[in-house]
Amino acid sequence: MNIVALFKLVPDLVEELEIDGNGTALNMDFLRLIINEFDDHAIEQAILLKERGGAQVSILGPDIEGVEDVLYTAASKGADRLIKLTGDFQGKANNHAMARAVTSALKELQPDLILTGVQANTDLDGSLGPLLAEYLDMPYVGYVSGVKVADGKVITRKEYPGGLVAEMEIKLPAVLGIQAAEQPPRYIAVAKVRQAMKTATIEVRTLAESDLSGGSTIRRMFKPEAGTRAEMIEGSAEEVTTRLLDIFKEIGVL
Amino acid sequence: MPQMTDESVRAGSTREDDISFYEKVLAAAPNGEQLRLCLECGNCSGICPFGYLMTYPPSRLIAMLRADRFNKVLETDTVWMCVSCYACTAVCPSKIPLTFGLMTSVKEELLLAGNVPAELQTALANSQRYGNPQGESPRKRADWANGIQPEVKIMGKVKQPVDVLWFVGDYPSYHPRVQSTTKALAKVLNALGVDFGILGPDESSDGDSQRLAGERGLFEMLAEKNGKVFSKYQFNRIITTDPHAYNAIKNEYPRLGISYPVQHFTEYLVEHLEQLTPLLKHEVKAKVTYHDPCYLGRANGIFDQPRALLEAIPGVELVEMAHNHANSLCCGGGGGGMWLDGFQWEKAHVRMSDWRVREAVTSGASILAVACPYETPRFEDAVKSLNGSGPLIVKDIAELLAESLG
Amino acid sequence: MNQDIYVVIEHLRGQAADISYIMLGGARALAQKTGGEVVAVLLGHNVQSLVNNMSADKVLVVDHPALAEFTSDAYQKTLAGLIAEKEPRAVLFASSSIGADLSGVLSARLNLPLISSCQRFSADGRPISQICGGKIMVESDLPEVTTLLTMIPGGYKPEEGQSGKTPEIIKMDAPALDDLRVTLKQYIEAEAGDVDISKEPILVSVGRGIQTQDNLELAEELAKALGGVVSASRPVVDQGWMPTSRLVGKSGKTVKPKVYLTLGISGAPEHAEAIMGSEMIIAINTDPAAPIFDIARYGAVIDMFDLFEVLIAKVKETQGIR
Repeated sequence: MNIVALFKLVPDLVEELEIDGNGTALNMDFLRLIINEFDDHAIEQAILLKERGGAQVSILGPDIEGVEDVLYTAASKGADRLIKLTGDFQGKANNHAMARAVTSALKELQPDLILTGVQANTDLDGSLGPLLAEYLDMPYVGYVSGVKVADGKVITRKEYPGGLVAEMEIKLPAVLGIQAAEQPPRYIAVAKVRQAMKTATIEVRTLAESDLSGGSTIRRMFKPEAGTRAEMIEGSAEEVTTRLLDIFKEIGVL
Repeated sequence: MPQMTDESVRAGSTREDDISFYEKVLAAAPNGEQLRLCLECGNCSGICPFGYLMTYPPSRLIAMLRADRFNKVLETDTVWMCVSCYACTAVCPSKIPLTFGLMTSVKEELLLAGNVPAELQTALANSQRYGNPQGESPRKRADWANGIQPEVKIMGKVKQPVDVLWFVGDYPSYHPRVQSTTKALAKVLNALGVDFGILGPDESSDGDSQRLAGERGLFEMLAEKNGKVFSKYQFNRIITTDPHAYNAIKNEYPRLGISYPVQHFTEYLVEHLEQLTPLLKHEVKAKVTYHDPCYLGRANGIFDQPRALLEAIPGVELVEMAHNHANSLCCGGGGGGMWLDGFQWEKAHVRMSDWRVREAVTSGASILAVACPYETPRFEDAVKSLNGSGPLIVKDIAELLAESLG
Repeated sequence: MNQDIYVVIEHLRGQAADISYIMLGGARALAQKTGGEVVAVLLGHNVQSLVNNMSADKVLVVDHPALAEFTSDAYQKTLAGLIAEKEPRAVLFASSSIGADLSGVLSARLNLPLISSCQRFSADGRPISQICGGKIMVESDLPEVTTLLTMIPGGYKPEEGQSGKTPEIIKMDAPALDDLRVTLKQYIEAEAGDVDISKEPILVSVGRGIQTQDNLELAEELAKALGGVVSASRPVVDQGWMPTSRLVGKSGKTVKPKVYLTLGISGAPEHAEAIMGSEMIIAINTDPAAPIFDIARYGAVIDMFDLFEVLIAKVKETQGIR
């Protein structure tokens, strides 16, 4: 069984974000990138499947700052092939472009199962998974928090609001959008990652020129009004209650 | 295959893993060879504050090693109750480096085997990525200093030599409660006219607690980063807010080729006591008891300096708790304890900080003075959950000094 | 292409989701700009009554047994045909477990643009999306072709999508729905046992200020009336008054409810870090300097015990609970 996990690097929200001079993009000088947390779960899920039933796991990610750390860490977890994708991922790149560009690299790997994060914090033209699935003519199921492989198909746990779970059966090959791995991504000791840096090899694939069609054209980017100190509700218990009830109604709690 | 030692032969050890682990412990700390001399007296397990909850407290661990049954230990998780408080090491008649050698090595093995509580994983991952266990933005490391006058020099900005490089540390930089200690210390240093600077965004976690939680590779990575930064700037000595940073820079960094004169701030201030005393004008009229932090007291023998500072404050009446000096009780934050609160609570349903705060109340003190940034939030939390513990106030020595400066 | 705004109604197990009404509210705002109608699209089996209170000019209903429960493959096939045939100005999907499975695939299949995480439309009818965890807003052009959008809550209220009169219903045929690659095996209900506070939308969270275990009953009563559950900060759990499963904080759970109402919680960093994902924090505390007020949206400096009686009574009255 061939499992591919595909990841993206996204802005680390621990740092303040700045908008560039044109007001239409994030200022890249200020960005620190981090693996999209859902993609991290996708990698973990791929490794769990391998540990449980055996599989060849390939990890693919765009060649931008931080990609090697993610790949070597994945190797320490048990990934078999590490592939970085060179192409235009900065600036205006969107998920439609990435999904189209990565199709041929994916086909070459002949995957039975492609796992990717259900969403990423910079998604503006939908998430990557459903686009990939359609370009590869595979079925897609997202919001997945558990995967069982069984004879040419997978049974997934698909999450709905309120804790309801749907067990979906999907014919392989398929693309899944991972919400959460069955276990949180494991911590890998630094010594192990350093070991992988010495022994593992990273392959390179060059992607076709990007075709942005299907994405949005950004007119302006701005920050929402900054949150400040709480708006204080003054007065007696009755007065506070009246205001709280209004607030509860406003947000649909009552 | 590593060379068989007499002991491993005697223990009938045949499995390579066990032999290499035994070797590893022997090599893990200076005096590791002392492990061979264990008398199985059990003092270590007796004095261990959480020993009663461990499947394998230190003496039993050694017994397991000798019996070639270390793989059994790897199946358990109670070694994570160890907060590296150094109490076992301090009482061992055979001078075995139990904390740095044995317990830390066992944690390393558990960590490599993936047997790590989730909370701890988060702190380690944060340290790896952000250089601090809390996962705060490295760019904001010096934000606590905003607005302080005279301005706190950030080495990368002022680009000039200083006399004292102040290694501020993780919790003093970011934790809102501990920041008040940090600001207080800045005030004291400024009052003394000390020519000091900080590293700000260049500073990474000292890594000591991560090391004692079994993540040696991470410790080395952080130490190397700090070492590189130290070498960029000119200064005469380092002072630290945090005893763990002090311990790391003093005892561990030199083993990685990073050697600088270092003092805990209490040590440094005592050297300037003559100059400081006349500035301490305002009375702090209170009975004060002092909690010896593990990594200042037991591990590094600094007992008198913090007390001398407290006694220099007019109005302070120093009283001792039942456990003091080398017998001090741990706050529970060391060796990864800061990042294992949930895990340890599940096992113990009690916190070490609660025990300590009760002792402080019994001593009759109204102020519990501390000298480690882990302690203020932990003890204040404990005061909150102890009903009827009275108005016990937790203050860092730096805060009490700053108060007395007025 | 016409100027109508389509809304793909989201429903699960016989109930329309709130977001469906929110989307209808948004669709109305957009339709006023484009000059088209608001058209609800309902896929399912025997679910027509769901549209009774929906504010739409028309409803297209596709009724088929294979559409009774959501599966991505069958819904995609049905919608692909419908959108291609009708060519509306825009189609709104929920940014959700259902809408996200549909919109991306349809964008690629029909070669139509997709704009996600749209919270509202500007005065000129341009979609405004929220990205980077709410830290950045993006205003995009609405392309001059049928555009797919996924919507998040926050811009419109569910009431804006509700109406007293039943809209006109137009029945549509389903395409051939065989040879499906995705099938629903079964639903699994949320596990019995204690509640999972990380998934609860309404949390009444109590801190040390609750004083005694008996007082927790008041918090329970309030939470129940609000349709939520009680969570707690560390001192309360340490006392053994609540199980660890209800602990919010660094050593407990991280929560992201719609509303997080705190009573007597100071907001120490160990607690604060675990509640930052809440949509709204409302803090009640007697200490005006409590750090919780720095992160709350609303606050009141008042003794919770003064508040309980009045608040519980009023909430019950509003909810029609005796």
